[in-house]
Amino acid sequence: MTEALTGVLVCVKRVVDSSGEVVLAEDGQSVDGRYAGYTVSNHEECAVEIAVQAAAATGGTATVLTLGEPEAVEQLRSALAVGCTAATLVEADPSSYGPTDVAREIAAVVRDHEAAGRPHDLVLLGNDAADSGDFQVGIRLAYELGRPVVNGAAVVRLEDGQVVAEVAGPDGHETYRVPLPAVVTVLEGGVEPRYPTVPGRMKAKKVEIEQRTPTAEPTGPKRVRLLLPPPQPSQVEVLGKGADAAPAVVDLFERIGVLR
Amino acid sequence: MILVLVEVDADGAVEVSRETITFARGLSHAGGGVPVDAVVVGDLPCAPEKLAEQLASYGVRDVHHATGEPFSAYGGASWASAVQSVRDATGAVVVTAAGTPRGMEVLAHVAARAGVAMAANVVSFDGLAPFTVRRQVVGGSVLEEMVLDERPAVFTVAGHAVEAEPAAAPGNGRLVGATPEVAEADLVARVVSSEPPAPDLSGDLTSAKVVVGAGRGAGSAEGFAELMELTELLDGALGVSRVVTSLGWRPHHEQIGQTGSRISPDLYVACGISGAIQHWAGCSSSKTILAINTDAEAPMVAKAHYAVIGDLHEVVPAINAEIRRRRG
Repeated sequence: MTEALTGVLVCVKRVVDSSGEVVLAEDGQSVDGRYAGYTVSNHEECAVEIAVQAAAATGGTATVLTLGEPEAVEQLRSALAVGCTAATLVEADPSSYGPTDVAREIAAVVRDHEAAGRPHDLVLLGNDAADSGDFQVGIRLAYELGRPVVNGAAVVRLEDGQVVAEVAGPDGHETYRVPLPAVVTVLEGGVEPRYPTVPGRMKAKKVEIEQRTPTAEPTGPKRVRLLLPPPQPSQVEVLGKGADAAPAVVDLFERIGVLR
Repeated sequence: MILVLVEVDADGAVEVSRETITFARGLSHAGGGVPVDAVVVGDLPCAPEKLAEQLASYGVRDVHHATGEPFSAYGGASWASAVQSVRDATGAVVVTAAGTPRGMEVLAHVAARAGVAMAANVVSFDGLAPFTVRRQVVGGSVLEEMVLDERPAVFTVAGHAVEAEPAAAPGNGRLVGATPEVAEADLVARVVSSEPPAPDLSGDLTSAKVVVGAGRGAGSAEGFAELMELTELLDGALGVSRVVTSLGWRPHHEQIGQTGSRISPDLYVACGISGAIQHWAGCSSSKTILAINTDAEAPMVAKAHYAVIGDLHEVVPAINAEIRRRRG
């Protein structure tokens, strides 16, 4: 079966690596990443992998996009190193952009690229950003572009000009079949993101990154401030050490009624 | 009026939806007693009258039930269209749902269509003028104060932010049928086929009363036998940390954490799990946590209610033997 060339756009967000202790910036508007370093979410790593696979399967292209500070070029280069062939940076302070603002800016890129003869039939995003956890940019983007959207897909493939997306729903394994052009948000788990190779990294360094400025002033995320929940003092009761603790553990099971 | 999108299983409204109604009642109380209505969409896996009765006990006034061919299969846009039509007909000032994947999806559609903001994973509200909520961000390790100054105010409630409690004074629970029309464009992305999940030990992680979790301490893909035995003895579900799926020891659908399932069992037995933020985001709603770990300083041990310091490969078989011994 031959597939039409598919232009895939995958959107990523540079976020602070939150696997360790989280520190807030002084103004309470963002997470301070000076010591923790930066990454993209696991969902987005999978979205990049899906984009690269979909482009390869159709002889199409995979373009990576981010809205962020100039340093976010690092995340674009990481995606280029694993197979994306073009990259766009919309330069802006992401902490002052709400989900509506971000969706509008992505839509503007899609329209401009299409006008320049580079249509993005399939736009992929992570299901939710690892930092702001808004769970809505992909859906707002779909409304901006007037396209259908499938949310939370682990597996995405192209068949006969349609996107087939598989989602783990409340009633089991659900399949969607949606005509292109479409938007799909991705959940981790369906693909294994590849590691960049040395030639891949070398190639990524040479790609010229398209630099853009936002098309409109942001309306903002409606954030008053961020705050850390107060640390809870440990109240752990140690039941014992090693195998000798087993009777105390089973006593506990009986006490809380989980042993029938 | 506050409108709550309710998710339903064979027993009625699911727990997180009943929590959301409880949250909505708190908001109603602060707002001078505005009514709380519910909306359910499509064919229900339980009798509508039984559901209405249950929701009445939670203080719900009207239960709007949208039915018709457009809702024969789930779709985010079509479900949102039903919620929107109820909202338009009733003038609800707040639209809310539980922070489940579907709750998030449908309400994001509702917010996009209404041109208003949506706050995801709200845990509390601070004030009504302006309406200010606190919500979980960064996998629950940070809270954000956010203003929802548009109408309708749209937000989802994080699982276990409040406990589901019936109301002191029941509501009417009046069933109101509706057959809203749905635009063709809103029917494009719908489920075209679904298969029930393959039965395995992780089958019902999110609703399990007991979860046995395993992390790096399992040691290898072969290191799960005694953990599975404990899972079966406790009639629970098996879950794992991200490192276990990354190493390929267990499949991804068993993962608990920020990018996996969020669990809320009565008992979580965390075996050989250090308790990184990514994992804690998925298990922090457990009522009782027992950590089994060789490292007494591990974050999971510090955050647990109970702990056993030791190697899970020694402790878990001893627990299994003790359970079998007591059962005779």
